[in-house]
Amino acid sequence: MECSFGLTGKDFVLLAADTSAGRSIIQMKDDENKIKALGPHIAMAYGGEAGDTNNFADFVDRNLRLYQIRNHTPLLPAAASAWIRRSLAESLRSRHPYSVNLMLAGFDITDSTSHLYWIDYLGTKAIVPYAAHGLGQYLALSTMDKWWTEGVDKREGIEILKKCVDEVGKRSTLKFKFNCILIDASGIHHINLDSSDPIAEMEQAGKAAEVINPNPPLDVGITA
Amino acid sequence: MAYQKARRYDSRTTIFSPEGRLYQVEYAMEAISHAGTVLAVMSKEGIAMAAEKKVTGKLLDLSLAPGGEGMGGVGTEAWGGGGEKIFLLNNNILAGLAGITSDANSLVNFARNSAQRHLFTYDEDIPVEMLVQRLCDMKQGYTQFGGLRPFGVALLYMGWDPLHGFQLYQSDPSGNYSGWKATCIGSNHSAATSLLKQDYKDDLSLEDARQLCLKVMSKTMDSTKLGSEKLEFATMTLHPTTRQPLAKIYRPSELDELLRKYELGGTKDDQIGAGEGSGGGGGQEGGNISLST
Repeated sequence: MECSFGLTGKDFVLLAADTSAGRSIIQMKDDENKIKALGPHIAMAYGGEAGDTNNFADFVDRNLRLYQIRNHTPLLPAAASAWIRRSLAESLRSRHPYSVNLMLAGFDITDSTSHLYWIDYLGTKAIVPYAAHGLGQYLALSTMDKWWTEGVDKREGIEILKKCVDEVGKRSTLKFKFNCILIDASGIHHINLDSSDPIAEMEQAGKAAEVINPNPPLDVGITA
Repeated sequence: MAYQKARRYDSRTTIFSPEGRLYQVEYAMEAISHAGTVLAVMSKEGIAMAAEKKVTGKLLDLSLAPGGEGMGGVGTEAWGGGGEKIFLLNNNILAGLAGITSDANSLVNFARNSAQRHLFTYDEDIPVEMLVQRLCDMKQGYTQFGGLRPFGVALLYMGWDPLHGFQLYQSDPSGNYSGWKATCIGSNHSAATSLLKQDYKDDLSLEDARQLCLKVMSKTMDSTKLGSEKLEFATMTLHPTTRQPLAKIYRPSELDELLRKYELGGTKDDQIGAGEGSGGGGGQEGGNISLST
């Protein structure tokens, strides 16, 4: 059983995913990272068939990296979402389809907008202000419906996310731990949801909260 | 002596001469410097491009040219092209061509295909430099692989993308490309370039860029009075409300109006097609269609 959330705000996007790994009723791990940074301002939370997930995430990661090396500039979130959706749609129609659901979050530095895409293994893509995969869809979408408003700031966004996590804790018999990131104009940052003020903690940590970016910007004299 | 040496190697496009030269590539570039002039000027608000039409004359049936009688237009209307030398490669990219027309048509087709392929995979307009690179990779291939002749075409590309804004590129038959603020290809290109160098300023408005384009064109072309039957004109700007790229190829009447405004000519409507054009032929071929435009 899995659970992940995404939420956009005025100048940021939040992504949270549970950290459990196991089969049927057995949990084998409680610190599995299911969020992958794909570029300086883009990341995805993924879930689905074990094995397929990591395989597909690596495939996406390497391809976006290749694009960045070839063109000296990373794919913008909208273009990356189109490519990922098409990969899944083509995979679905192949002999061995990937069964991976994901949420893609990104910050478009060309027009300073936050983007969130809900994508499933059938190649469905929805552009959404907030979204959930797994258990979160059943338990916490109503919480987001109630509290999310256009242009929420970072602290309000975190509060909504915490409400969702609490709702899952309250209504589900499973106990989840959550991993969370925030993407804004300055890049991707770790968020500690257990903290009383996660944003202050993130700002204080500075560089230490930055998610290691697998595709560091290439220094070729062109700034994206 | 140099001529004799050239003869030995110039039939092989992909073989170096003892002096380290590729004659066929050099000849292709030479062909272009006899073609009609194409020049473009970039400003903060957009880019303007003017191109000299070579095939003119009162017997020429313009309704059969690409784009037909009402050639030109704004946005999607610009897909018809400017008639002979200016083409829309994608929503956000216009190109002006100088050289062998049939080679150019095949490159335009390739460019449009590449742009649509990018749109299909990424759901966004192709970045300008990426399309330029696609074309130049193709052009370079023809200077290296055996038994083939290079494309006798140079292009000016003007476009806009969200990452780098307005951009102006130039490419030649060897597959080299470079970015410019104002540049020129075709006949008299060195004279035109030095005129552009004199008058170009970094804070030009689009209006200034349009005027500079036509002014330099009027000094470079043989005829004293400019008119829509000998000229094509286009701009790449941003739509005032949507801020999306907007291509505009001027209709003959719009171009004449612009020329009259700048006092550079502008044929009266009832004289269109009655100019002193020779009716093509390009001299040496003696045919009635010129090969190189």
